[in-house]
Amino acid sequence: MSILVDKDTRVICQGFTGRQGTFHSEQALAYGTRLVGGVTPGKGGQRHLGLPVFDTVEQAVRETGADATMIYVPPAFAADAILEAADAGIRVIVCITEGIPVLDMLKVRAVLDRMDEVHLIGPNCPGIITPGACKIGIMPGAIHRPGRVGIVSRSGTLTYEAVHQTTRNGLGQSTCIGIGGDPIQGMDFVDCLCLFEADPQTEGIILVGEIGGEAEERAAQVISGHISKPVVAYVAGVTAPPGRRMGHAGAVIAGGRGTAEQKYAALEAAGVHTVRSPAEMGARMKDVLGGA
Amino acid sequence: MNLHEHQAKSLFRAHGVPVPEGVLLERPEQIEEVAQRLGPGPWVVKAQIHAGGRGKAGGVVVVEGETALREMVDALLGSALATGQTAGRALPVQALLVEPALRLRAEYYVGLLVDRTARRVAVVASASGGMDIEQVAAERPERIFKAHVDPVVGLQPYQVRKLGFALGLAGETLKTFSKALLGLYRLFVTSDASLIEINPLGLTADGRLLAVDAKINLDDNALYRHRELAALRDISQEDPAEAEAREHGLNYIRLDGDIGCMVNGAGLAMATMDLIQLHGGRPANFLDVGGGTTAERVAEAFKLILSDEQVRAILVNIFGGIVRCDLIARGILQAMEEIHVAVPVVVRLEGTNVDEGRALLAASGLNLITAHDLTDAARKAVAAARGAARTTGPETP
Repeated sequence: MSILVDKDTRVICQGFTGRQGTFHSEQALAYGTRLVGGVTPGKGGQRHLGLPVFDTVEQAVRETGADATMIYVPPAFAADAILEAADAGIRVIVCITEGIPVLDMLKVRAVLDRMDEVHLIGPNCPGIITPGACKIGIMPGAIHRPGRVGIVSRSGTLTYEAVHQTTRNGLGQSTCIGIGGDPIQGMDFVDCLCLFEADPQTEGIILVGEIGGEAEERAAQVISGHISKPVVAYVAGVTAPPGRRMGHAGAVIAGGRGTAEQKYAALEAAGVHTVRSPAEMGARMKDVLGGA
Repeated sequence: MNLHEHQAKSLFRAHGVPVPEGVLLERPEQIEEVAQRLGPGPWVVKAQIHAGGRGKAGGVVVVEGETALREMVDALLGSALATGQTAGRALPVQALLVEPALRLRAEYYVGLLVDRTARRVAVVASASGGMDIEQVAAERPERIFKAHVDPVVGLQPYQVRKLGFALGLAGETLKTFSKALLGLYRLFVTSDASLIEINPLGLTADGRLLAVDAKINLDDNALYRHRELAALRDISQEDPAEAEAREHGLNYIRLDGDIGCMVNGAGLAMATMDLIQLHGGRPANFLDVGGGTTAERVAEAFKLILSDEQVRAILVNIFGGIVRCDLIARGILQAMEEIHVAVPVVVRLEGTNVDEGRALLAASGLNLITAHDLTDAARKAVAAARGAARTTGPETP
């Protein structure tokens, strides 16, 4: 088992024939992802990487039975691409694009909030991977191993750190989700934690947070009431100065709120195993899970 | 991106939000316009910089007449002003906004922002204007009123009326308030703002409601569709190194420590700073070189880090994902051959093709300290910075 995606997930790529779309589609195919086609408006009927290209997501879904998409279109067109995928009935929408205007994402969320069955991952994220089965995103596939730990993170490279550490120490991963670094996004920590809780393969969860917003605090509330599996958490940005946006659009301490210390306090109060060093995520999870 | 007060007020005016008459002084010769256009003093002189806290720092001053105005213009125009919110830097004052000094009967607060938790634009209002609104929110939360806007229909008149009644407004004042808030929301949406703030929104002794101060932050990601707003950018208000970094597609924020950081990925870049502090050191900067770590970008990143004279050591922390470590190592070596890096450089490489990458670094003969993991890297960087600080010899690791 795993969450959201597995070896049977049928994936399309929006922005298929572009440079990014092409490169990461090749990587996904090499990993074994069941990529069934792609969408580039105006190029329908062509073939690309040996797969059919469609003008619209609706056609792609009809012809291929796709239930997941990865979006590699420029920021100005990304909100439209997400809405098109949702309208066509895609279940898992992964938007890699960085730099989408916040007000565009507010509108996208207002629409998606009415569609319970749609899961948006991102934007501005590395994507989702179920090791050995399905890679949708820009993460390096080779560092992953099928295993026991679910990983959810707001940061791309810190996800890779957590993956690397849990591969090294033999735990492996059930599914890894980068939820992205934007202030308005699709799935949040709470959504992912609940799915991991229900997934029999996942024995423990690593949560990688960062400054800005209240997503970690809301995660803490849910963990104390509803998550029985052990959670290890690291929060980046203890040294971040207030008022400055630390790379990610959503990583900013505003009005004294959203500090790493506040997030650590909330997580610790909820019984989460926190680590202050990003180098200790894997080791701590190993300790917590023991030899079981 | 931040706008100046006078730029924000021009936008307010165009959207039906009442603002005081004002004269923008960019040269001392314009002083005569003040009396001509505003009538006799007293006037308030406001330094146009991208920071709050101007009043306490002497950047907002009331003057009685033209002599005092001239003195104030001489003192402020062309000077640099540091406030409690400029993080130790003094910002150049290239323009002054002069307005009639107003006698206010009441001061309100109005703000529009993106509420991340509610996933809505929030309109916030308070009768406790003219003071730090975050402090009001912390100490007297019952004095803060909020309306969340459904993006499908936009801000509704009833929502604005509710806020106005909550502030105790009535009659013509309430009407002006409603019109102003609906205008502000239109401005927020049509300009892709991330924050609009009026603090205070003043009610004058003669019953006029006016935006006494004005603050607008724009969403950088949306500037591509607002050329006219993008043209309002004033890079003189930005840290020169940070502006330079942006030109090269790098994300750089200067801090006050002595260990320079070069990292791929924003989260890992923050984590690297945290790790340095955890091991007793102090990071000199945040720097995300992004995914495609080419020799050119690494070279620019080294230049930026070294432009900070406090830097005593550099920690390069790269997790090679899609970009292979051997390519990254070549980039680092090429950059170090181009640029004389006179401080010790600790490199931690991990990820795809890491062994080839490390071998390249080891065989280079350059003054590099390799680290085998995150913790090792932080320890070595802290030790290197201390060593360099003791001997002060630039080449001594």
